Amino acid sequence: MRSVCLYFQVHQPYRLRTYRFFNIGQDHYYYDDYQNRHIIRRVAEKCYLPANRMMLQLINEFGKGFKVSYSISGTALDQFAQYVPEVIDSFRQLAATGCVEFISETEYHSLASLGNEKEFIRQVETHTKRIEELFGQKPQTFRNSELIYSDVIGEMAANMGFHTMLTEGAKHVLGWKSPNYIYCNNLNPKLRVLLRNFRLSDDVSFRFSEQNWSEWPLTAEKFVGWLNAMDPQEEVVNLFLDYETIGEHQLKESGIFDFFYHLPSTVFAKSNFTFATPEELYQRLQPMAALSVPYAISWADEERDLTAWKGNELQAEALSKLYSLSDAIAEIKDPVLKRDWGYLQSSNHFYYMSTKWFSAGEIHKHFNPYGSPYDAFINYMNVISDFAIRVEASLLPAVTGSKPEKSKTAGKALKKTSAVKTKAVEKKIKAGKLKAEVKEKKAAKPRATVKETKAEKSKAGVKEKKAAKIKAAVKETKAIKPKAAVKEQKSAKPKAAAKAKPAVAVKVAKTGRVSKKGPASEKA
Amino acid sequence: MKVLMFGWEFPPHITGGLGTACFGLTKGLAKHGVEVVFVVPKSFGDESQEGFRLINASDIELDFTQTLTQEFREKISYMEVGSNLVPYVGPEEFERWYSEEILAKKTDIHSVYNRKYAFSGKYGANLMEEVSRYALVALSIADKFEYDVIHAHDWLTYAAGIAAKQISGKPLVVHVHATEFDRSGENVNQVVYDIERSGMEAADRVITVSNFTRQIVIERYGIPAEKVFTVHNAVEPVDKPETDEVTKHVREKIVTFLGRVTYQKGPDYFVEAAHKVLQRDPNVRFVMAGSGDLLNRMIRRVAQLKMGTRFHFTGFLAGAEVDRMFAMSDVYVMPSVSEPFGISPLEAMRTNVPVVISKQSGVAEVLQHALKVDFWDIDALADAIYGILHYDGLRKMFARYGKSEVDSLIWENSALKVLEVYNNATGHKN
Repeated sequence: MRSVCLYFQVHQPYRLRTYRFFNIGQDHYYYDDYQNRHIIRRVAEKCYLPANRMMLQLINEFGKGFKVSYSISGTALDQFAQYVPEVIDSFRQLAATGCVEFISETEYHSLASLGNEKEFIRQVETHTKRIEELFGQKPQTFRNSELIYSDVIGEMAANMGFHTMLTEGAKHVLGWKSPNYIYCNNLNPKLRVLLRNFRLSDDVSFRFSEQNWSEWPLTAEKFVGWLNAMDPQEEVVNLFLDYETIGEHQLKESGIFDFFYHLPSTVFAKSNFTFATPEELYQRLQPMAALSVPYAISWADEERDLTAWKGNELQAEALSKLYSLSDAIAEIKDPVLKRDWGYLQSSNHFYYMSTKWFSAGEIHKHFNPYGSPYDAFINYMNVISDFAIRVEASLLPAVTGSKPEKSKTAGKALKKTSAVKTKAVEKKIKAGKLKAEVKEKKAAKPRATVKETKAEKSKAGVKEKKAAKIKAAVKETKAIKPKAAVKEQKSAKPKAAAKAKPAVAVKVAKTGRVSKKGPASEKA
Repeated sequence: MKVLMFGWEFPPHITGGLGTACFGLTKGLAKHGVEVVFVVPKSFGDESQEGFRLINASDIELDFTQTLTQEFREKISYMEVGSNLVPYVGPEEFERWYSEEILAKKTDIHSVYNRKYAFSGKYGANLMEEVSRYALVALSIADKFEYDVIHAHDWLTYAAGIAAKQISGKPLVVHVHATEFDRSGENVNQVVYDIERSGMEAADRVITVSNFTRQIVIERYGIPAEKVFTVHNAVEPVDKPETDEVTKHVREKIVTFLGRVTYQKGPDYFVEAAHKVLQRDPNVRFVMAGSGDLLNRMIRRVAQLKMGTRFHFTGFLAGAEVDRMFAMSDVYVMPSVSEPFGISPLEAMRTNVPVVISKQSGVAEVLQHALKVDFWDIDALADAIYGILHYDGLRKMFARYGKSEVDSLIWENSALKVLEVYNNATGHKN
């Protein structure tokens, strides 16, 4: 029994708003609500909702014959919950049919698999749990962001208990081998690997409406003709597509809905193929061979490598800045910070910084909200700078907490951001934000002056923690006027500077955490 | 293909961007086997042009005599016509200059210096007269040579181009390096505008130095789009001596504006952006190099914003000083309000200085490894400057790709496009 494995990727990132350097330390909301809402609603209307309706209709029509699989990123789920909750309902309807497999991926569609194992595992676990809660089935199949795969990544997935992983049938990995068989991981043969048939997949996702393509117009009959022309030994055709192909990338007017609507009936009538989900294939078929992928592959561009996200100095710097915070984040409980940490990891942010589209790739341009990769980089770096300040600030309770070993690590982190943070705090005081927040939290005098705020905060800090060291430090900072403090810290020996910081940073901790406009996504 | 070209300046005395462009283009055409009769207006004393210090401060006086190839000498015949026409001059300035420089000197204006072509006649007392007089000269030159196409650079020579076309019947190509809207904003000089438009209308083909300028030509001058072609300028590959010895005497990073301090160059946006950056990071110094009619206003504004200790004015810089300024810079900013092309960012990039340029410039169309902002968007401008100063990835990227990108903009390629326009024009004619 030969199978067509139809799998769709559903993902939308949280696009960042224009975030200038003078917002750093003052403004902690990073997302372009207008654009995100606009895009998710548009795509829901043009693709997710009508496509889901069509799939449901097909399943009803063909009973158990028609199968389809989805992976939905956590950022997409968050935005559905926030802006178009009916999309989640329609996916749940599909789930209820029993003909749909939901596949796990990283919660934030991140690149954590590339060298941040702990974070990767955490995200996959989060997502797996979430999918199970939403759709009532525990994912057994895993697909990494952008179908990124290597032997090591596959092994990690296997260790997490997944049966199967999806990736690209990259030519340079396969050589003479065919993507139309099942393979297994080179390090852990228990893990099956399904390879995307990129020719047939791209015929639909990229070329479908290209009128100067020799095969245009593509019909279900023609497509099934190609399936029949395949070597009869071959077992499975993996069609892995962006779900947005249906109705968004390929417009409704191109006939894409008709193509998919007629595909199952044509397959059943004119070929010996059936439809299967990855888990069914796992149950049914044996792997042909182990597939060796020492270097990571993906489904992007001609090269099928990582250069769209990790190809230049901008991306390298942004990624290293982002993941330099991993250790600090591990200590943090604040849900708002955790959420931002996740959203900032979406691979799209790094894709926008790619300079590859300078030479080629309308595809890159099409999905890029920025005028140039440099703009994307600057904006991201501004955001991540602010985020780093908040992370370090929120670590402070740990510094002064009862556990001495924690204070060490936190202190280290603090050293890095000396002057910047102090200045940021000063600004905040000036802007009066702190005043307001102090008022809220502690019911202080409404017109608290800078000095008062400071004294009050310091006192509070001292009360909480009685360590003599901190006390001294607080006194030190208290004595100096804000501006002088900046200078002092810069010129003073590192030790002194580190000492002087806690008192100041406590404030950041208290203010930095508060983000009033957090998306309602946590409700999801 | 043989071309009668009304251009500007010739080695060794090149003072402005227009002269550099004409020379580069001529050289490029020679490489493609095009013969050029190159006609330039030349006042009787080189020194008299010193009266204008309106040239772009970033333009460097270069000695090109060494670079002339044999091939070039064979292809190009060169002649000077006694004339007081100089590029970048409006009627008012011309009048002032004429009365101050020429009349004050009381030189014998009949002893006109010229190398090949003898022309008798008096210099015009105002710019428009001079333009017409130059056209008369053109007429007699046009009558004496054989050529397939006429090519006139910038509005002062359009009249000459039209005259040549009338007498020879050959197609005319006018080359727009700048328009009156670039120079004067909305307050255009009607006479200049009329000359520009009549030149473009009479021309069989119009070449613009950027799509930005092409759009102005189509929209503001009402020229049919199908006869307007963009040929971007290029740069001469110059092996400048290494300026490594330049020592910065300040610790802070330096952000530089270098150019005429006039409306067109947008110096006020630079000042406001500087203020935004300094509010966040006082460890930066801003330098405004150049002079112009807005200079005093800029100085006052800097004082008003109380950033005098961080914002410096150098006055007009030339030659080696310019190189040194670039070598000291960490960011170069060109916030021009309207810039047909704008060569100075390319010079900065050759020295590995990252650049921020306005989207309202022609050069923004050819550069990818540059930050581009709208000139009026001070926030974006400040953000771009801050980004380069603080995020290392940018510096690395620009260092890696900037110079090679500039070096790939060669005149030979631009000349090929010009040649296509010639072929197009003559084919159309025949």
